[in-house]
Amino acid sequence: MGLALLAVIWLITFVSTYFFIAKTWWLPVGMSAAAHGIDRQFNVTFIAMGVVFVLAQCGLGYFAWKYRDQGSKTKVEYSHGNIKMEVLWTALTAVLFIGLNLMGSPIWAAERFEPAKADAIPVEVTGMQFAWYFRYPGADGKFGKTDPTLIDPSSGNESALGLDTTDSSSKDDVVTGTMYLPVNREVDLTLRAVDVIHSFFVPSMRFKQDAVPGLAIHMHFTPIETGDYEIACAELCGLGHYKMHGMLKVVSQADFDKWIAAREADKQ
Amino acid sequence: MATTHQVHAHAAPEGFIRKYVFSLDHKVIGIQYYFLALAAVFVGMFLSLLMRIHLIWPQAVLPFFGEIKPETYLSLLTMHGTIMVFFVLTTAPQGGFGNYFLPIQIGAPDMAFPVLNMLSFWTTLVAFVVMLAAFFATGGAPLHGWTGYAPLSALQNSGPGEQLGADLWITSIAIFCLASLMGALNFITTTLDLRAKGMTLMRMPLTVWAWFITAILGLLAFGVLLSAGILLLLDRNLGTSFYVPLVVVNGQVMGHKGGSPLLWQHLFWFFGHPEVYIAILPGMGVASQLLSTFSRKPIFGYKAMVYAIMAIGFLGFMVWGHHMFMSGMSPFSAFSFSLMTMAIGVPSAIKTFNWLGTMYKGRIRFQAPMLYAIGFVSLFVSGGLSGPFLAQPVLDIPLHDTYFVVGHFHLIMGVAAIFGMFAGTAYWFPKMFGRMMNESLSRIHFWVTLVGTYAIFMPMHYLGLAGHPRRYSQLTELAYLKPLIPLQTFMTYAAFITIGIQLVFVFNLFWSMFKGPKASDNPWESTTLEWSTATPPPHDNFGGITPVVNHGPYEYSVPGAPRDFIMQTDPAGVTASH
Repeated sequence: MGLALLAVIWLITFVSTYFFIAKTWWLPVGMSAAAHGIDRQFNVTFIAMGVVFVLAQCGLGYFAWKYRDQGSKTKVEYSHGNIKMEVLWTALTAVLFIGLNLMGSPIWAAERFEPAKADAIPVEVTGMQFAWYFRYPGADGKFGKTDPTLIDPSSGNESALGLDTTDSSSKDDVVTGTMYLPVNREVDLTLRAVDVIHSFFVPSMRFKQDAVPGLAIHMHFTPIETGDYEIACAELCGLGHYKMHGMLKVVSQADFDKWIAAREADKQ
Repeated sequence: MATTHQVHAHAAPEGFIRKYVFSLDHKVIGIQYYFLALAAVFVGMFLSLLMRIHLIWPQAVLPFFGEIKPETYLSLLTMHGTIMVFFVLTTAPQGGFGNYFLPIQIGAPDMAFPVLNMLSFWTTLVAFVVMLAAFFATGGAPLHGWTGYAPLSALQNSGPGEQLGADLWITSIAIFCLASLMGALNFITTTLDLRAKGMTLMRMPLTVWAWFITAILGLLAFGVLLSAGILLLLDRNLGTSFYVPLVVVNGQVMGHKGGSPLLWQHLFWFFGHPEVYIAILPGMGVASQLLSTFSRKPIFGYKAMVYAIMAIGFLGFMVWGHHMFMSGMSPFSAFSFSLMTMAIGVPSAIKTFNWLGTMYKGRIRFQAPMLYAIGFVSLFVSGGLSGPFLAQPVLDIPLHDTYFVVGHFHLIMGVAAIFGMFAGTAYWFPKMFGRMMNESLSRIHFWVTLVGTYAIFMPMHYLGLAGHPRRYSQLTELAYLKPLIPLQTFMTYAAFITIGIQLVFVFNLFWSMFKGPKASDNPWESTTLEWSTATPPPHDNFGGITPVVNHGPYEYSVPGAPRDFIMQTDPAGVTASH
């Protein structure tokens, strides 16, 4: 029985670890400026936890076999513990865990403590059962007023957000269902939700943030490669949660300018 | 009316109703809790099976159910989570085993408040019935998940199941909170006041320490959830705005304003994180007890184990914000929540090292209880080590609300805790029912369940890495999820096998209850007090004798002792020292 435990526990350990090391299923390639730091912290944590995982499981299996009851052959060591060992592994674990925490903190601080740079492109993201809307402020750089009583999801993008067309700064606001961003330029996001909590999740950008009714949450990230990236909703928001997705198209600055000009022209 | 003292001292009550239904005997109440949890775990497991079927064959038409719609899938996951967390993970380890064995292990004739004890069981049962009623409400059971985030949970029109079903859901939880508060008071008082002569705190078995600290966590946590639940009911039905700001649902402006959706999350997780430890601490206690008993060795570092339980309990109240790194909560607070969460890994690691230290140079007997206990340690390690990923806010960016989280908590608070219950069942069954369980059936059940749970839950980590969000009822909408479907299919097949083998466990349980070989008073050659009395124990636990405790709980293989174990009640002179 001890041998069977050793075999099964080791097998489970090696098979599980194999798929992590082979990266059969892994994080999508990071396409934002922050991805490198996040992935490095992930890898450090992964190696540390992986080593502990393999050692602990293999030790468990080995002890089960090694110290199995073999009748009079086995001698039990009568011991209530070992203070030195206790202190040693408590200290080691504390250093490991707290160390990992401190290593990751600067990355978090860079992402979440600093506001977006002055030249970042402002985009408002609004979550609604079950779609994402993206609003660009237009040439005046100002988002126009919205009014909850004007919200009508059935009649077009601007009405879905309840845009108050009598407000002068809302005239040039562009609202779309697909997010366009210029490459290598920071985006200054404002996240909102009109009904329930949604979560704006772009795996390739290593970006996730809840959009909460009643809050305007400011966030930023910088895409570094052009391409199409899927946007998901990561917070359960109702029966259509699974189909609340969108597309982020990262394009060159020139293509972005062309696109936004065409949208402005459509509005006239 | 009889006073508490008289109830203890007098002979067992006559008549079926007083003896088995409205019983004041903690042993009967413990068994009642156990069977309630057993019924609940089968409901919960069945729901998960339906979910796994729906994910792989979304168009499948099932007998009696028809086709599972996306909203039905969400109802299933809500009810699965709620039933498992409250009526299984909280009910069986604490209400079941704790009720039965805490008084006996400390040498008490019963709980401190037998009437309160009976009341807390029956209140729990009412809560369970109200929970099940949600399935039959108009619109069905709620779809807001077991965490019930507002405003989704606070509005009547946010989705199907959010009308009467959601009211029944939160009402059931509130009733459950009341029951748990009563239970917690009883456990704490009993542990502090009813210990036998010589049963000092530092001679208590680690199971008792675990139940005691769990009760304290329950006392502090369930009160908060109860209040939060009442506020949610008010928001839902009386138009208050605790959790709901001005929102527009389907183009309709709702009448709320100024509430905070994050307030619900703070209150819920202030309960919710300690709840994780409420589920797992009793399992840790059982694992400690069994690893020592079946390794024939004293527990490694008894004091460190006690302090680790206390540290886990204490720190458990300071980490709730790690569920909220992506919620819009101040990013600065993430620093302290993250640090505290990493810190809680330290006592958890101490426990693991000490379990391995207990086996080291022991003489291990591989009877079924020990197999489950070793399974517990393996699952605890696997589930625990994904914790330090999720505890770092920066890694929560890719991992939060993905299957990685689902894999993490299922391994640690789900199946590890359930292995603790399997271990407890195999170990205490002879004492509770007077017969032995079938060893071969237990072994078959152990091996298939161990491999099966890894096969279900380890792939969830891979899905999470690939960015698979949780709570998706269909896997074909997002293009990047499609390549992951084969893995999902594998998990569904693994779930079929693992759930199927649980029938062997249940068969073994009931068959052995009537047909198993008669158990002796101490079949495992254990040391704690429940093994020093008759099997099954008499109504007052020790047959009119007041036990006196002379030894620590885990005196195995003491040099010079006549046997390889010294029971806690053995005369003081059995060993030279200690």
